[in-house]
This record gives sequence, structure tokens and C-alpha cells, in this order.
Amino acid sequence: MTTVTHDESPYAPPAEVGEVELYHPKTFIGKYIWSQDAKVIAVQYAITAIGVGLVALVLSGIMRLQLGFPHEFSFINPSNYLQFVTMHGMIMVIYLLTALFLGGFGNYLIPLMVGARDMVFPYVNMVSYWVYLFAVLLLMASFFVPSGPTGAGWTLYPPQAILPGTPGANWGIILMLISLAFFIIGFTMGGLNYVVTVLQARTRGMTMMRLPLTVWGIFMATILALLAFPLGTSFFMPALVSRGEHLGYNGGSPILFQHLFWFFGHPEVYIVALPAFGIVSDLISVNARKNIFGYRMMVWAILAIGGLSFMVWAHHMYVSGMNPYFGFFFATTTLIIAVPTALKVYNWVLTLWKGDIHLTVPMLFAIGFVFTFINGGLTGLFLGNVPVDIPLSGTMFVVAHFHMVMAVSPILVVFGAIYHWYPKVTGRILNDTLGKFHFWVTFIGTYAIYYPMHYLGFLGVPRRYYAMGNSVVIPDSAQSLNAGITIAALIVGAVQAVFLYNLIWSYFRGKPAGGNPWRATTLEWQTPETPPKHGNFGPELPVVYRWAYDYSVPGAAEDFIPQNQPPAKTPGGPEKTLEKTLDAAELGPQKLDASGMPKPVGG
Amino acid sequence: MVLAGVLVLLVVGSVLFHYLSPWYFTPIASNWDTIDETVTITFWVTGFVFVVINLFMAYCVLRYRHRKGKPAHYEPENKKLEGALVLATTLGVIAMLAPGLFAWAKFIDVPKDAPVVEVVGRQWNFNYRFPGADGALGTVDARFISAENPFGMNPDDPKGQDDILISSPELHLPVNKPVKVELRSIDVLHDFTVPQFRAKMNMVPGLVTYLWFTPTRTGDFDVYCMQLCGIAHFAMRGKVVVDEEPAFKAWQSSHPTFAQTRTQVAGDAAAGKPLYAVCTACHGAQAEGNPALNAPKLSGQADWYLRRQLKNFKLGARGTHDKDVFGKMMAPMAATLADDAAINNVVAYIKTLPDTPAPPTVTGNAKKGHDAFETCGACHGADGQGTWATNAPRLKGMSDWYLVTQLKNFKEGIRGAHAKDMYGPQMGFMAAILDAQETNDLAAYIDTLR
Repeated sequence: MTTVTHDESPYAPPAEVGEVELYHPKTFIGKYIWSQDAKVIAVQYAITAIGVGLVALVLSGIMRLQLGFPHEFSFINPSNYLQFVTMHGMIMVIYLLTALFLGGFGNYLIPLMVGARDMVFPYVNMVSYWVYLFAVLLLMASFFVPSGPTGAGWTLYPPQAILPGTPGANWGIILMLISLAFFIIGFTMGGLNYVVTVLQARTRGMTMMRLPLTVWGIFMATILALLAFPLGTSFFMPALVSRGEHLGYNGGSPILFQHLFWFFGHPEVYIVALPAFGIVSDLISVNARKNIFGYRMMVWAILAIGGLSFMVWAHHMYVSGMNPYFGFFFATTTLIIAVPTALKVYNWVLTLWKGDIHLTVPMLFAIGFVFTFINGGLTGLFLGNVPVDIPLSGTMFVVAHFHMVMAVSPILVVFGAIYHWYPKVTGRILNDTLGKFHFWVTFIGTYAIYYPMHYLGFLGVPRRYYAMGNSVVIPDSAQSLNAGITIAALIVGAVQAVFLYNLIWSYFRGKPAGGNPWRATTLEWQTPETPPKHGNFGPELPVVYRWAYDYSVPGAAEDFIPQNQPPAKTPGGPEKTLEKTLDAAELGPQKLDASGMPKPVGG
Repeated sequence: MVLAGVLVLLVVGSVLFHYLSPWYFTPIASNWDTIDETVTITFWVTGFVFVVINLFMAYCVLRYRHRKGKPAHYEPENKKLEGALVLATTLGVIAMLAPGLFAWAKFIDVPKDAPVVEVVGRQWNFNYRFPGADGALGTVDARFISAENPFGMNPDDPKGQDDILISSPELHLPVNKPVKVELRSIDVLHDFTVPQFRAKMNMVPGLVTYLWFTPTRTGDFDVYCMQLCGIAHFAMRGKVVVDEEPAFKAWQSSHPTFAQTRTQVAGDAAAGKPLYAVCTACHGAQAEGNPALNAPKLSGQADWYLRRQLKNFKLGARGTHDKDVFGKMMAPMAATLADDAAINNVVAYIKTLPDTPAPPTVTGNAKKGHDAFETCGACHGADGQGTWATNAPRLKGMSDWYLVTQLKNFKEGIRGAHAKDMYGPQMGFMAAILDAQETNDLAAYIDTLR
């Protein structure tokens, strides 16, 4: 067994420029509305995303009512059913999950975790939120225009998306496309900030290989988004400008649109998944009081998944009518991506192994995530393998798979993360009993919704069907299964009210958290004040001496050593000097040895 | 403790559900056993991983839960273990991918001698075309599409003259013969799926896509569109009937070739006039309809629709349901028309009659009806003028009381549910969303469209 030790740096001097010039607002409006503080912007993003997510949650409840009890509810007709499907999907993927992970958690955690005072471009960061809000309002406006929002499905495939047989083909689709364009503009402003902040604003000693995996996940997801979203505009914009006049030339290819869409759409899956991977790694490590197992492999896996995610897009198109020989290539790349993904799962579970597991509410959600993600990831191996996809694509199996892997899994992480960081944001801990109740119903309930749904797909029940009606092949018992799924979905949906109540109640009545309630190592828990003030770290920025995972280090006084805790002086050893450290590591990029590890410093 | 127990229960429950629940693949009816085999292999590999990792996780949660004075083990990484796990995963992936790629290679390799059948998708139904005696399909183009030429056949292409046109959503195929299915769409993206054949492919406007299979047992199979194609996507259904060879041949020859559809003479109104005398008693001399006798207005209705309904009555596809009191009265009347030519003639005569809007007789909330009509308009046209391409008859200016009874009949399966009524089921799906009040509201709104 090779054991690689993660050396601590002996000493590093304080940053020479301790204070970055920040604009400190004087008024309430400057502080909380037109705020340039990443932490406030994070909360603005989070509240907006959760708000719009609740709309999408209600839409999913209506869809489930129709599927579970067809024709019982006369306000649901085939048109608005498709509109609900479309808006539910688009809101959840883009306006909730992408915005919450990157705009919400990214804004809050990146500066705090890398030891920066704020994002590198605070003003642009502020504008990013307001553009995002505008995009959300545009999208919501489409509910109020004649014939309502588009019902083209979140994939917006032409030509049906702009033809009269599809609901919302006049106003809805235009608002959707414009809203997406604004979302991308807003995101680009935020995303450039996140990337530059991670690359340029890390405090002394915070090498890339000492970053918490949360930052790695969000960083890589942002890079994916910055690369994929321009591709997004490459189909949004033509779709938008050609709208209104059916161009009179022979040509134009619905399949080309699909290639462009999925070249954006598949990385989008990982834009949602990678931050979840990063955050859950930290939740598991903290609560198992054990370093994340195989940190370096975890980082490489994130990079590998990010890179591969641009080479698998056409696995969404095996039955699209594209050249069938693409199937060989994309099935192979798709199944290759399973290897780094599986490695991450192994390392999460191996972090639990021989750990000191505290089953806090965030930890419950983290373990719930691992279980759900294993299931969702494995069904991906069905759909990724081209001949297996033939009978299953376009069925409820697909719906079950992507909800398990990119809806329920990331949302469980979102919940875990909120329970974990809420004490830092508000200074109070969320109520534990309500949290546990919320976890159990959500975890078991979502499994009850989506696990049986795969089998409807095996039967051949198509997705996006308003009603099955009579059919030779689908047995009537499938309808009972659908009714059961609907009941589970309504219960899970209703219980989210408990979570909202907890968020509000605990803000006023929650137990005071103190600075570091989870006894965690990373920098955001080491701030002088909780909640952290504008500028985060008091007069001097912290200096980092070690990686983010020094839990249960043998011989240490406590079971965690914060990243900014200087190493103890070795008794009898030579005094470590400032010069040595400067030579070795703390100025400029850290030197790496052949395997990518920081060179041992100070010796 | 609880969590470990729940994880174990979920694993055990999932495995039991897989084996005990009645919901799984329907019995296969084609040659694609290789697909089912790949699915089985995938289930074994993924099922093994699912069970082992989750049980191990449950074990860890139980065994290493927090106990005072028991710190966690400190081990940053273990290259050998990680290497071994990566290797095992890679082997598992190969075990699934390799048979998958072989199955795919077969799936896209069409046997040279497989005869061709074409599926044409449109909003929202399937039609089919067989090459005639020459074994080659004629060329088609969107600009040829019209009510008389729904397939868009090139009238000058000699290869197309003997093509057999199936203007219905029902396709027959001979058992145990490989068939290459060429797929074409004339409006938006559609899809052709028969679950029991394990075969599926999208239909793309401007492109001919394909798949192939060999039906291995006789019977009726549902065809679904599995690519979102608009409001009535869920109602876009077809049927494949797999027959023994002789039955297939007989069915195929009962359909006209393209050349035959072209020689069908347009109806002769003068010849139709005496035939219409029978109709006058109920429908009125001007075909204006008579609510007292339950006879709807006919004048102004689309000719293709009148022809189809007369044929349905003759065939027994309409007017044979026990509860269809007035339909049963119409059936013997339609039987007085000897053949297709007679039908064409009488319809041609009706076309010459003046089209005065029928007087409103239904009371309802026209404003509410307006909102509900959004869905209807997708097929019947935004102002209810009817659309041939979607098989949707004209509604505006026609008898509103008749509309109300027919919607009720569709909803209750009195009309449209007959196996031979090819376009009825679609309206059945749609009528199912309406209750009695909404039906009246709709009729009241349609009364305002004139």
C-alpha cells in the first residue's frame, strides 16, 4: 500500500497587500439591492432560483396529476400539458440548477474558500445577477402572453417549435429564446468572474492542488459553461432571427440544430453535476471526519469528465436519423466517461470507510445523493450503449434516468449544502428535526417516484404523452403504477414547504451557530465574523499551509486542522525561516513534482 | 443505524421489484434478440455494481458511525486500490460495450434482399407506401402534396405509378420476412416506434431515415410517435398487423396504386343530383340540415371528409355501435350508394349547394369556448375552417348541435372507436378532455366564427 502524505508548509508570510480596495456601500440599497458583495449576490441568486424553481415544482405536480389521473382535471389539456412540460424542464435545468450552483454557491463559496476578499470584478458580478433576474422575468412573462409559453419541449427542436401545431409558437417561443440569450449574457459575466477569481485571487499558499473539491467542481463547471453556452447562442440566435419568416430556401437541417443543441445540452448536464460532485465530496469528508479519499484522483476525474463531456453529445441522437456510424464512436466515448465517474463514487464510499461518521442532516443528504447517483449513473449505461438505447429512448425510462442523475441527485446536494452553509450565511443552524424529516421524505419519496418509472419505459410508455388512452401493448396496471408515482410526487412536493418553513423559522429562531459549527478545515469557516463581513477576512487575508482535508491527522490535538493553521514548530528542529518558504512555494505558482503533487516544502 | 437499514431495504426492494413486478419488456416480436441480450448483460453488470457498492456503503455507515474515542483512520489515498477499481470498472464497461457495438453493427446493416416499405409521418398520423411490381419507390417532393396527392408523388416518375399507397395508419407486414422501413416526414420531426419490435427511428423532414427488422410472430402491434411533434403528439398512433404471406398479399392488393388513384374520376355533380334525392328527406334540399330529424348540415363541408364518412358508414366503421341511434339510421342510407363513383358524384353535387351558415342552437359561454378552442384549432384551423392535411373537417358554420352530439359520441367511444375507423381514435383522445359544459362552450364559440 502506498501512502502519500500531504505535507504542510512550514511557514508563509502574510500577504504583502492585505487590503484590496472594495467599494463599501453606505446605504441599505447599496448593501442589499445593488450589492457588489459576492455573498449578497449569492443570496440574491439563490432566492431567485429557488423562487422560480417553486414555479417549476408546481408545474411538475400538475403534470403528475394528469399522468396519474388522466381526464380528472379539466384545466389540463394537451396544449398546456406540453407547456408545463417544457417550462418545468427549462426552468429546472437552466434557471434553477445552473443558476443556483454557479451563481448561488459559486458566488458565496469561491471567494471565501480561496481566501479572497471578493470576486475579481465585483461590479460585473452585480450586473450578472440583474441580467439573470431579467431573463427570469422574461421567461415568466411568457405565461401571460397570448397562447402562453412555448410547448416545444425543453429541446425546442425545430421545425415544430415555431409552427402553429405547437402551443406558444407565436409569442412563447420568442420569449423563451430571448430569455435564454439574456441568461447566457448574465452567466458569461458571472462565469468569467468565477474563473478569474479561482485562477488569480487565491490567497498565499492556496495552490490549485489545495483547493477544496467544491471549488474544483464549480470552477470546472464554469469553464464548461463558458465553452458550451456560446454554442447555445449559435442555435438560439438563428432560431430567433429566422422566426417570423419561413425562409424560402431549400435546406436547413433539423439534425444540425440537434447537434448544436446537444453540444450545448450535454455539457449542461455536467455543469449541473460537477458542482454537486465537488460539494458532496466536502460534505462527506467533513462529516466522516476523514480526508476525501484520493484527492488527486478526484481532481483528475473532474478534469477528465469535463473534457469528455464535449465528446459524447450525440448519444442523445442515436435515433435522430443522423449517420448511424456515429453510434459506434459516441457509444464508446459515453461508456468511457463512466470510468472517471465511477472512480468518484468509489472514492466517496471509501471516504466513509474507516471514517468517524456523523450523521448530520448534510451528511444524510450526501449519502442519499451517493445512493441516488449510483442508480442514475448506472441507468446511464443503458442509454449510452447504442442498441440498448433503441428500445428505451423516447420512453419514460429516459425521464426516470435523467431525473435520478441530474435532478434528484443535484437537488439532494443542494439541500445538503444549504443545511451545511446556512449557519455561515445567517449565523444560525437550521432546525435538525425538520431537516431530518425533510431528508427522509425527499430521499425515499424521490426513489419511489423514479425507480418504478424506469419499468414504464421498458413497457414502452412514451414520454411527453398527455394520455396513453387505449393501447394493445401497455397493460392497465401501468396506469395504477402511474397513479402511485403521482401520489409519491405530490407528497415529496408538499414536504418542500417544511424546508422553506425551516429556512424562515431558523433565520429568526435557529440555534446560534458560532464560526465553525461543523469543525471544518476550509477557509470559509475561519472568518473572524459569522456571517462574514464585506471583505470576508478582517485586516489580513489568511495564509494557507495545508490542503483542505486534514481531518483526524494522527497526533493532532483535534480531529481537524484548519487550512490556515500554521504548523507546530518541530521541537528541537531548526527554526524554519521565511526565506526558505519564499523560495519554495508561497510566491508565485507552486512547483509540482512529476506526479502533480506540490513539492515538499522546507524539508 | 436507521440509514444503513434503509439503504439495505432499498437495495433489496429494488432487486425484488425488478423480479416480481409485472412491468417489463413486452415479449419481443422481431429478430432483435441481440438487443434484449445486451440489455440483460447490462442489467447483470449494473445490478452487481448497484448491490455491492450500496451494501458496502450501508456497512460503512453502520460499522464506522461516530463513537466516542474512535477517530477516523488517516489515509489520503491508496493508488493500488484506486487502480484496481478503475481496471475492474473498465472491464465491466467493455463487457457491456462490446456486445452493444456488435448488436448495433447488425442493426444498421440492412439485408440486401429486404423489400422496402415507406412510412410517411405527418401531424398527426402515419401513412405507408409500398413499391409496386418494379420494386422501386417513385420520387416524391413536398411541392406535389395536395388533397388528391397526399404522398407528394411525382406524377411524371414512371417508377412511382405502380407504388401502392396506404392512406391509413394501419400497416400490414408478412411474418418472418426482413423488411427495410424507410422513414419520411412531410412537416415536423416524428418517430416510428413499435415497442415489441425493439425498433425505433425518427422521421426528419427533408431526409429519408431507415431501420430494418424481421417480424417473428403474427398479431397486432401499436405504433407510437416518440418524438414530440405538437399538440396531438400523444394521439399520433398507428398499427402494424403482422400476417401470414397470403393474408398480407390480399391486404396489399386491396389498396390502390398511385396510377389508380389518379384515374379516379372527379365526381360528376349532374350524376350526383338524382342520388342526392334520398338524402333530401332528412338533410334538406339545400343540404342545410334538420335538427328535428338529427340530420346535420352538409353543404360547405369538405368533400374529402364527406367521402370518408360515407365510406365509413358503408364499411360499418361508423353507425354500427349499439348506442349510436342516429348513426344506425344513416348506415343503410349510405349503403344505397353503390360504389366509390356514386359517392364521388353525390359529394360533387353537395359541393354545388349554397353554403349558408347553420343557425346557432346551442347556448354556452363563448369566451370560455374561445380558450378551449386553442387545442382544436391546431387541427381544425384557427378559425375552424377545417384542414385536409390534419384530417380535420370544417366546424364553423356547420350544425352546432351535431358537433355537441358527436363530441359526446367520440368521448364515450360510440364513434371513432371502431377498428376500421382509421382517423376516429385521434378525435377520441381529444374529445376525452371535454366535459358537457365545455362542449357547449366550444359550440357557442364556433357559432361566433362565421
